[in-house]
Amino acid sequence: MAKRRVMFTFPQELITQPIIYNLGLQFKVITNIRRADVAEDRGWVVLELEGAQEDIDKGIAWVSETGVRVDPIGGDVIEG
Amino acid sequence: MSYAKALRCRECGREYPHAPMSICEACFRPLEVIYDYDAIARVISRERIARGPLTMWRYRDLLPVESEDVIDIDTGFTPLIKADNLGRGLGLEKLYVKNDTLNPTFSFKDRVVSVAITKAREFGFETAACASTGNLACSVAAYAAKAGMEAYVFIPADLEQGKIVGAAIYGPKLIAVDGVYDEISLLCRELVERYKWAFVNINIRAYYSEGAKTLGYEVAEQLGWRAPEHVIVPVASGSLHSKVWKGLNEFASLGLIGPVKTRVHAAQPSGCSPVVNAFESGTMEVLPVRPNTICKSLAIGNPAEGYYALKTLKESRGVAIGVSDEELVDGMKLLAETEGIFAETTGGVVIAALRKLVASGVIKRDETTVAYITGCGLKTQEAVMDKLPPRLNIQPSIGSFEQALRESSLQKG
Repeated sequence: MAKRRVMFTFPQELITQPIIYNLGLQFKVITNIRRADVAEDRGWVVLELEGAQEDIDKGIAWVSETGVRVDPIGGDVIEG
Repeated sequence: MSYAKALRCRECGREYPHAPMSICEACFRPLEVIYDYDAIARVISRERIARGPLTMWRYRDLLPVESEDVIDIDTGFTPLIKADNLGRGLGLEKLYVKNDTLNPTFSFKDRVVSVAITKAREFGFETAACASTGNLACSVAAYAAKAGMEAYVFIPADLEQGKIVGAAIYGPKLIAVDGVYDEISLLCRELVERYKWAFVNINIRAYYSEGAKTLGYEVAEQLGWRAPEHVIVPVASGSLHSKVWKGLNEFASLGLIGPVKTRVHAAQPSGCSPVVNAFESGTMEVLPVRPNTICKSLAIGNPAEGYYALKTLKESRGVAIGVSDEELVDGMKLLAETEGIFAETTGGVVIAALRKLVASGVIKRDETTVAYITGCGLKTQEAVMDKLPPRLNIQPSIGSFEQALRESSLQKG
C-alpha cells in the first residue's frame, strides 16, 4: 500500500461537490483528512491518501480533471 | 556538540527527535529545530563570535549540527556595503547592500546547503539531492563534491544549457526531467520515499532552512551589533524572510543586540507573488499561483513557508511588494550602474521593491536599511541582454574610434 499527502484547493463552483467521497468510492483510496478550511466561495483540504499506487495516481488525475487544484504537502520542491 | 534539542511542529508543538523529516506526522505542518537557549546564553558572546572563522560558521552555536568538521567552502560572512550612490539616488542616507553574490557558488543557497550537507552526513547519508532551476543545483553539487558525497540534481529538460554548467562542473548526476514543474515535484517526493537520499529541501528541510538565519546574524554584527530599521528580503519559499527575522530575534534574546524593531519587507515578482497577494488581501492564507515571470529563482507558486512569511510581515510590521518584470530589470541595472554589483533577477526584484518602499514613504531618509542581494547576475544574463547600452564597433585606428565616438554622442544627443 502506498501513501500520498496532498492538498486539494477547491474553486467556488466545486465547493458543494462530494469529490473526496467519490475519490474513495471510485478509486478504492482511503482518504484521511488532517486539516481543512471550507467557506462558501473557496476551500482547501489537507489529506493523506492510502491505497495501491496505481489507484492513487488515477484518483489524483481524476480529481485534477474535475478542476480541483492538487498540490503536494510541503510546498514546491523545485527551487531556483 | 550541538545546542539543537529536537524538531518541533511549528503549529501543533509536537516534538520529534532529530531525524531526516520536515513535516509533522500529525498535522502535516512544517517542523522546526528547537534549541537549548539557556545553555547557549551561558557560552555565547560577541567576543566568542568574533574569534570564530570569517564564515557563517562563526555562529555555529546557533546552527543545528554536531560535527566539528562542517562541510564548508568559506561560506558567508559576505560584505555589507554602504550603498551611498544608490542611496543618494533614492534619497536614503543609510542604505546598505548585503552582497551575498560573493558566496562560493555565487548565491545565498550556499548557507542553507552548507548546513544541510553537514547534517546529511551526520545522518549517514551518502547521497545528496535536489530539484532546481539554478542556484540550489549549483550549491548542492558543489557542497556534495566537497563532502565526498554523490549528488543527484534534477532539472527541467528545457532548462537553458548556460544555467546548468554551474552545477555540472562539480560532477553531480544531472537528470533532465521531461515534464512540467508539478510532475517533477511529484517525482522527487516519491524518490524521497524510495531512496535513502538527503533531499536537501525535502527531508532535510528543517535543518537546511536554519542556515538562512546567518543572513540576519551577519547584518547585525556588521552594523556594529545592532539591527537595522528596515530589511528587504526576496521571497520564494518564504523561508529566508522568516529566518532573517528569527536570526535577529535570537540575537536579541541572547543579549547580543538590543531590542529588534526591524521591519522585514518582502519582495516578489508580480508574475509569481502568492505572498504579496495574500498580504494585500489581508489574509493569512497563501493561495498557490502559476508562475509567469523572468525571475526564475522566485518562481515558486506554492511556497512551503508562505504562511510564515506572512506571519513575519505581521510581527515586524513589514510590507509585501510586487514588482513587474520590467521594474526588476531596471532594478538590476540601477544596482549595477550605481554600486558595481551585478545581481541576478532576484536582486532586481529587491531593488525595485526598495524603490517603491521609499516612494510610498514606508522607508524614511535617515533610517538604516539593508537590501539583501542573494545571487549573481552572471547566472541570469538573458534578463538584461537586450537592455544594455549599444557597443561601438570600430576598426583598429584612432580615426575610426573617434568617428564612432562622435556618432555615438550624436545618437545620444
